[in-house]
Amino acid sequence: MKYNSVFDIIGPVMVGPSSSHTAGAARIGKAARNLFGRQPKWAKIHLYESFAKTYRGHGTDFALVGGLLGMETDDPQISKALQLAQEKGLEIEFIEDSASANHPNTVRMIIGDDSEQQELMGISIGGGKVEITELNGFELRLSGNHPAILIMHNDRFGAIASVTKILAKHELNIGHMEVNRKDVGKEALMVIEVDQNVDDAILQELQAADHITSIAKIVS
Amino acid sequence: MFRTVAELIEMAEKENIPISEVMIRQEMDVKEKSREEVFSEMEKNLVVMEKAIEDALKGVQSVTGLTGGDAVKVQKYMKEKTPLSGNLMMDAVSKAMGTNEVNAAMGIICATPTAGSAGCVPGTLFAVKEQLNPTREEMIRYLFTSGAFGFVVANNAFISGAAGGCQAEVGSAGAMASAAIVEMAGGTPKQSSHAFAITLKNMLGLVCDPVAGLVEVPCVKRNAAGSSLAIVSADLALAGVESRIPCDEVIGAMYRIGKQMPSSLRETGEGGLADTPTGRFLKEKIFGVTV
Repeated sequence: MKYNSVFDIIGPVMVGPSSSHTAGAARIGKAARNLFGRQPKWAKIHLYESFAKTYRGHGTDFALVGGLLGMETDDPQISKALQLAQEKGLEIEFIEDSASANHPNTVRMIIGDDSEQQELMGISIGGGKVEITELNGFELRLSGNHPAILIMHNDRFGAIASVTKILAKHELNIGHMEVNRKDVGKEALMVIEVDQNVDDAILQELQAADHITSIAKIVS
Repeated sequence: MFRTVAELIEMAEKENIPISEVMIRQEMDVKEKSREEVFSEMEKNLVVMEKAIEDALKGVQSVTGLTGGDAVKVQKYMKEKTPLSGNLMMDAVSKAMGTNEVNAAMGIICATPTAGSAGCVPGTLFAVKEQLNPTREEMIRYLFTSGAFGFVVANNAFISGAAGGCQAEVGSAGAMASAAIVEMAGGTPKQSSHAFAITLKNMLGLVCDPVAGLVEVPCVKRNAAGSSLAIVSADLALAGVESRIPCDEVIGAMYRIGKQMPSSLRETGEGGLADTPTGRFLKEKIFGVTV
């Protein structure tokens, strides 16, 4: 089921005016930032369908950027996010994309700095609930409701086992997990939603495991 | 976990507990939290709703100037005259519109189930409260009952205007409020489901056509419609009137109607009221673009 909590329905507490176009947008922006691990220096934001048609009226632009700056849905600073981005050296470009999307509220965020770039696709499915549907070319389904670990690894046998073994040792319960690869034996992505936040020490241990190339965590 | 209203009602009747209690127990189970934790999380939402209404009744204005001040006007009218639809009704309407005026002014609200429809549940709650004198716990339960019905809609249909039109937003919100009013007034779970069905039936087909794509016109006044209909349906159900079409089938109809709606009528600001001469004029005035 898409919604599993009463607080998806009664909530979130948020700055107006739209749960899908403002609160949801802030959450997608925040997820993008958490995955990137730091504040990016630039962002190219492609908006589709209802997002493209109504983003100015709904403050979707403020909210996406607010999220990139690390703001929550109820942060009153959201209305000043564009100005704050400028002050913090984050360059923003909005593109109203006329291509069709699978969901009416879709955004593609390409963000980066001098050393790295990240591309993420997010959808806002209603009432402030969002899903991350694509990351750097990998399809995935990430709700952002729970802490998650994203692990880039080589598609070799034992890679998944070495990760789950470490999680089990630290008594971390896996709520949702998916594995995706670009091609047999090539780059692959493991997405693991867990019930509690993961310590940095555990992340370091995971990073050192067999066939792992990089790790990012999302705090819910 | 309940998936349908029929299952929700069955669980409540089997255990002889109110709908709010079914929702509370499920939340405790899913999130592995104590009753106190779940209650206090919901109370935070109640506090936000209370504060938004308080702000609204002092008077707010949106940045565009399209909305604001109507909640105050209605309260003044209630003091000076006798409203034809009665004080409770107009109080609910005023508080529902007020919540959405705060939302349009980028104030802090609690989405129920969305921001555009955030007035219906708290508007009715804080009006009905004056007559029913609920305890704080009963007020929090009102939100769990609303949430239980919204939960079924969200998982079987949709709750956003972009996906299913205004029927999915204000339609769901008004219907959720009807069900919660019935429980607070001492009705049965089954009566709650009839109240929900009656409200949603009367919201079917409602499109999402916001002028200039802003959550202002007609959203604020649609919350007046949702909250007043919620009270009427609750009274009908408490009087023993039943919906001929069962709740889950009404939700199914809402879903299919939403699927058939063109995208111009699903929160793109392209059709309906947005596409009237005045709607287009306002858009041009606000954003300085010709449409």
